[in-house]
Amino acid sequence: MTENPPNALPASLLEAVALTKRFGALVANDHVSLAIRAGETHALLGENGAGKSTLVKMMCGLLQPDSGELLYEGAPIVFPDPASSRARGVGVVFQHFALFDALTVVENVALGLPGHEPLSALAARIDDCVHRYGLAVEPWRRVGELSVGERQRVEIVRCLLGDPRVLILDEPTSVLTPDESENLFRTVDLLTDEGRAVLFISHKLDEVRRLCHRATVLRGGRFIAEVDPKAETAGSLARLMVGAEVPRLPRVLEHELGEPRLLIRNLNIPGDGSRGSALRDVNLEIRAGEIVGIAGVAGNGQTTLFEVLSGEKLADDQESIVIDRVPAGGLGPTERRALRAGFVPEERLGHAAAPDMRLSDNVLLTTHSDGAIVKLGVVRHSVLNARFQEIVKRFDVRFGGRDPKARRLSGGNLQKFVIGREVLRDPVLIIVDQPTWGVDAAAAAFIRNTLREKAAEGCAVLVISQDLDELLEFTDRIAVMCEGRLTVPVPVAETSREAIGLAMGGAEDGGEGVHAA
Amino acid sequence: MPLRLERQENVPAIGLVAAPLVALVFTLVVGAVMFAALGQDPLRAFSVYFIEPLLDPYTQQELVVKACPLMLIGVGLAFCYRANRWNIGAEGQYVAGAVVGSWLALATHGTDAGPWVLPAMLALGFVGGALWGLIPAFLRVRFGSSEILTSLMLVYVAQLGLDYLVRGPWKDPQGFNFPQSVTFDDNAIMPLLSDEGRLHAGIIIAVVVVIAATFVLGRTLIGFSIELGGSAPRAAAFAGFDERRVTYGVFAVSGGLAGLAGIIEVAGPIGNLQPSISPGYGFTAIIAAMLGRLHPVGILVASLVLALTYIGGEAAQITMRMPFDVTRVFQGTLLIAILAADVLVRYRIRRVEGTSHA
Repeated sequence: MTENPPNALPASLLEAVALTKRFGALVANDHVSLAIRAGETHALLGENGAGKSTLVKMMCGLLQPDSGELLYEGAPIVFPDPASSRARGVGVVFQHFALFDALTVVENVALGLPGHEPLSALAARIDDCVHRYGLAVEPWRRVGELSVGERQRVEIVRCLLGDPRVLILDEPTSVLTPDESENLFRTVDLLTDEGRAVLFISHKLDEVRRLCHRATVLRGGRFIAEVDPKAETAGSLARLMVGAEVPRLPRVLEHELGEPRLLIRNLNIPGDGSRGSALRDVNLEIRAGEIVGIAGVAGNGQTTLFEVLSGEKLADDQESIVIDRVPAGGLGPTERRALRAGFVPEERLGHAAAPDMRLSDNVLLTTHSDGAIVKLGVVRHSVLNARFQEIVKRFDVRFGGRDPKARRLSGGNLQKFVIGREVLRDPVLIIVDQPTWGVDAAAAAFIRNTLREKAAEGCAVLVISQDLDELLEFTDRIAVMCEGRLTVPVPVAETSREAIGLAMGGAEDGGEGVHAA
Repeated sequence: MPLRLERQENVPAIGLVAAPLVALVFTLVVGAVMFAALGQDPLRAFSVYFIEPLLDPYTQQELVVKACPLMLIGVGLAFCYRANRWNIGAEGQYVAGAVVGSWLALATHGTDAGPWVLPAMLALGFVGGALWGLIPAFLRVRFGSSEILTSLMLVYVAQLGLDYLVRGPWKDPQGFNFPQSVTFDDNAIMPLLSDEGRLHAGIIIAVVVVIAATFVLGRTLIGFSIELGGSAPRAAAFAGFDERRVTYGVFAVSGGLAGLAGIIEVAGPIGNLQPSISPGYGFTAIIAAMLGRLHPVGILVASLVLALTYIGGEAAQITMRMPFDVTRVFQGTLLIAILAADVLVRYRIRRVEGTSHA
């Protein structure tokens, strides 16, 4: 392809036309189209699992589409790998950085470049780029000493040194402070002023409306709309993002609520950098007999919340978590289980279950201190086996062989096992993270029903989920987690998808954000 | 063309059992080639190495005597390795146990202290080895240092410490300046089990330890927490098991059993403290643990097999003038073969087509 003169750029620089990508039964992208023009900042909006990452990976050669095509300056093109897209001027800054902590900035940048440029010359080029775009990066500092925002700027500089015409930023502000975000926006404006195109992936509605010229909205792997975000309201964008189907009938509580089983009071947990975001002033009360849902986009503190509730992380203040009237902030998992709390983590293999241990041994994981199965430190295998058989039978766990390793079960069957393991411990409080993630529809319905029955029996249930439909279907109240804060939970009957979507995007309108207008 | 290892989803049970046997056969083939290269008739060498020791009543006893420390140390290492903690320093813990236990034998030397001395020495040996083993555990828990490196380095510290003691403060004044302690009194010596040979009560202790370890690892919550911590650390934390406690526990057991082996050896076949009290038992026991599939009974059998390489090596030294290093080569080949067989059973080798055709 011949180089176009700089002033005659075609209308669209990079265009995806009806791209489709399947992973097994899941259609991650279903005929998705998107066109990025030179000189514009284009937003790609959608919830978790809407297909944003898949689309980006196909646009830079990390994934190959099953059908559909890419156009570069109007002509069809195939990127067999990321190197070929980079050669065409498509640069990507991913959410997870690929930097070596032990090396300096300039060394890290050098690793990604072809040829052997002297480090001092490269450092001068980095300085140049830094000044031109106001990126504040010091070439000779070690990456290990840098903040997350600085690391992101290193990744951006690395991309810019390749003189890209299209720059793709994957959720760039999710790790930034407000100040750092402002700086990034200024950089983005400078880049588009030069005629470059920026694809800005986000679910934060306010910043998309501020920064972007156009926005493409995906939902459930499909193209929903292309809009001018400045002409939309945060509310209308949220509606596009989460869908605006007819409101379903919320379930009616047929039983009286009992006493509080879980109290969270002014819970603050500092973030630990790499993994686990901070919790800020979280408050929540769950009473016997109700199911409370926590909605929110992944990475806003849900994992930390689960770990601090299960006792894997401890709270400084004993009183900040109260389980069944006993202050439990400093108690470990075993002590909390002794208070008849049950926990089901998001990650089935490696967290909820040991992949290479037999299923019957995995029963022991959460039942070892309940009394019946372990006596005086000795495992009573007959009792353990009876419990195992009971879980398998009552929760319809299907597998091959008599007692296979946990990793050999399908996702749905393993989840039924993990849920059954907790339910048969007869808990007064169950905390479930992503109850039906990656589980087939029949198993998902079974799991929701089980939790509903437990609530009817007087158990308090907390469900953390990114699946809004699920939460609307079977919880009584919903709160939203965003950037480590939790909104006041609102009865499902009094809220709407739109209100929840707004709160998930962090739109500020006070603590009552989840209430419908 | 690049190759890649891919995990096999369904590992056949037969493969896991057969892997150590295949490794043994492979080691024998390598041995045959080595003997031929040394100018020996491989069949005759095998006979001297592996058959004749089994036929003679004296060497039959020696086999058990040599297997005893391997069993004790190997079973202890199984605790560590099951928990995914790599204690490579059992040799040092063995020396530490021997030194601490011997202190009592030397302190009571010539005092006619009574029959409590030997049991107390064994207890001190266990404690000494356990304390030495807790050093790498502490360094790992507190500073995150690799226990592989620290435990190995502590071997040399222990050996040099022993060297200092038997050349200095603990040297036998009537010993013609040889670097060794006085010979222990009778009440500080392991009782023999027969009139001929050197078979001593240590083997009873070793068998009891094997039975106890089988029970602890297979039937108790402690065994489960060790296994779970090694297999899925995050699941273990979720189950409420404290990773630090498990680390300290397995190093204490492993170091303690190595220390016990050390004091039994010194109070048994050797009879006094000298600079070289081990032909590398602490390292050979690593092979016993792996060959025995980290199962105490398996380790018992594997210890007998490895003891045979020691005895056969001695016989080959005498009758065929072969260097003792041949034994080391055998043991090393066996370890590599076991590890390779394990990988080949659990993984499949795939050719990877070149992906970049841009």
